[in-house]
Amino acid sequence: MSHIILEIDNVQKSFGGLKALHNLNLQVEEGKVHAIIGPNGAGKSTMLNVCIGRLAPDSGVVTFNGENVLGKQPHEINQAGISRVFQTPEIFPDLSLIQNVMIPAFARREGSFRFNMFSNLCSEKEVMDEASHILHDIGLNEQESDHAGSLSRGDKRRLELAMCLIQHPKLLLLDEPTAGMARHDTNRTIELLKKIKETGMTKVIIEHDMHVVFSVADHISVLAQGTIIASGTPDEIRGNPKVQEAYLGGAHL
Amino acid sequence: MTIPSFKKDMFVMLIFSAVILTMPMWLKPLGAGYPDLLQKFAIFGIFAVGYNILFGLTGYLSFGHAAFLGVGSYTAVWSFKLLTMNVLPAILFSVVLAGIVAAIIGFISLRRSGIYFSILTLAFAQMFYNMAYSVLTPVTNGETGLQLARTDPRIIDNLLSEAGAGLPSPTLFGIHMSGYSGFYFCAVILIIAFFISQRIFHSPFGMKLQAIKSNQTRMKYTGYNTRPYLLSAFVISGMYAGLAGALMAVTDPLAGAERMQWTASGEVVLMTILGGVGTLIGPLLGVTIIKYFENIFSALNEQALLAAYSFMPDWLAKMMVTITSPFVGEGWHLTLGALFVIIVVFLPGGVMEGLGKIKNLFRKRPPDPLAKTLVEGQRQEEKG
Ligand SMILES: Nc1ncnc2c1ncn2[C@@H]1O[C@H](COP(=O)(O)OP(=O)(O)OP(=O)(O)O)[C@@H](O)[C@H]1O
Ligand SMILES: [Mg+2]
Repeated sequence: MSHIILEIDNVQKSFGGLKALHNLNLQVEEGKVHAIIGPNGAGKSTMLNVCIGRLAPDSGVVTFNGENVLGKQPHEINQAGISRVFQTPEIFPDLSLIQNVMIPAFARREGSFRFNMFSNLCSEKEVMDEASHILHDIGLNEQESDHAGSLSRGDKRRLELAMCLIQHPKLLLLDEPTAGMARHDTNRTIELLKKIKETGMTKVIIEHDMHVVFSVADHISVLAQGTIIASGTPDEIRGNPKVQEAYLGGAHL
Repeated sequence: MTIPSFKKDMFVMLIFSAVILTMPMWLKPLGAGYPDLLQKFAIFGIFAVGYNILFGLTGYLSFGHAAFLGVGSYTAVWSFKLLTMNVLPAILFSVVLAGIVAAIIGFISLRRSGIYFSILTLAFAQMFYNMAYSVLTPVTNGETGLQLARTDPRIIDNLLSEAGAGLPSPTLFGIHMSGYSGFYFCAVILIIAFFISQRIFHSPFGMKLQAIKSNQTRMKYTGYNTRPYLLSAFVISGMYAGLAGALMAVTDPLAGAERMQWTASGEVVLMTILGGVGTLIGPLLGVTIIKYFENIFSALNEQALLAAYSFMPDWLAKMMVTITSPFVGEGWHLTLGALFVIIVVFLPGGVMEGLGKIKNLFRKRPPDPLAKTLVEGQRQEEKG
């Protein structure tokens, strides 16, 4: 058994009468790509919100690298090594593409606050090169001085992914990174995800597209009605009748 | 949006300094080349440039910056009264004290954002304004305003030389800060202030402030503690306001509470938006336009209007006077309001947006396919 980097232990979260998360337990192994699948409204995004400090659970514990993250500020959790791609792209629409990726690069180098009002952006060659490089990786380098707000939805998602990758997080959380993308873009994202996989970065990926899930995941957990109903390797999940019924409606994978 | 190189920034600074220092010359033909107005341009310029560091970069709309202006003015006059007529200590104390007050007000107000932040800053400024007339009268001298007196202690000055017979005036090592020397002093400080603002705009710190304006949620989940960034911007812009307040006292050594009224806070918002919020030079354009037209319009009266319309038939001139007189003199604010509405509705990016649009008209447009075929067709005709 290798090192568990993220552990969600018996987490509950209700919104009014709705139990969004119910006795949720999840263990993510270091260096693995862990996919979460489940129907709409199952609580997948809520689970990530709890992990990054956006929502406080009613009870339960979330441990990252042996440390309890509950009660920590979002920026502290990010600095500890968790980055997230949101379900609806969260980028800086008024800044240029290159600035969008420079901001997280600075966060990694400078920490949560640095008062450097007299240093010059132009002399930050290393950060700029790193930023150009990652824009190149996602194929957006030619538009690097455009406003990010003018990008298509699919490109915004890829930009956000680049913003997270440039931080070299220990754990990357992806909330439907290919939703709203054309087939061609999806394939490109899969290529990118495979490439990152080689770097050994741990990832939790929420995805509806089974093609994406089965091409990148090492481990799959199925979330339904706020709790994990099955967990295993892709082959185990593919053959699990409970999963087929609850989630896939008996369809063949 | 590209990041300008250091060389280009220095070039801009050079041009900027030249334009500011030659203001007395090029504003003369426009009837605005006299020291009083020039000083106003420079002082309000500093105020607006500093305000823009908060509002332009972070998007946090403060409605209370006049409070820092007032703190700056009172502090400067006290420095004149107690220590010396030299302007440098006065300015130093003003900036520091305004910074401290801004840190306190900012610390509390920045717990909220959006409209609640604006209201909190407004409430603080109004508190200061009211206290100047009540509990703080020993410091502010209430309605009369804080003035110099011949009997002031002026400890440092009196140590160095005998007190003169008349009322002293602020000096910079012997140079009196009235008239043109006052303007040039303010102009040099404006140039320094603008330089600092340019550095902030083009630093990683400034870029992070812009990122906060663009998407604060993303900033937090990208590992930034946004509060100290916002507080720094707030304090810096408060210090700029304190500096402007000090210079008001330097060029005219008295301080009154009306400087802290909410209309003064509103004015700087207006100037910044009118010129172009978030751009480096926009706020200065806003200041120049508003102060210039204020100067012209508020000096007009019915007599002057009648004279201006004298080429018209009598009845028409009278009618025109009736229509236009509410907009001049005391009614200048009506004109300002109308101007503001027009700008915000048609050019939300202010004068800078307008200039950008004009520039685009003259720039070669990307060849649109239809135009290209037309041109080529024409060429072939010419050949044939
Ligand atoms: N902040 C909130 N306030 C109230 N209800 C919420 C909130 N966030 C989520 N919910 C509810 O909790 C349930 C789980 O939502 P969640 O977004 O986690 O689902 P999901 O699995 O991510 O679904 P999808 O696949 O559609 O993204 C839903 O019924 C949703 O309406
Ligand atoms: Mg979701």
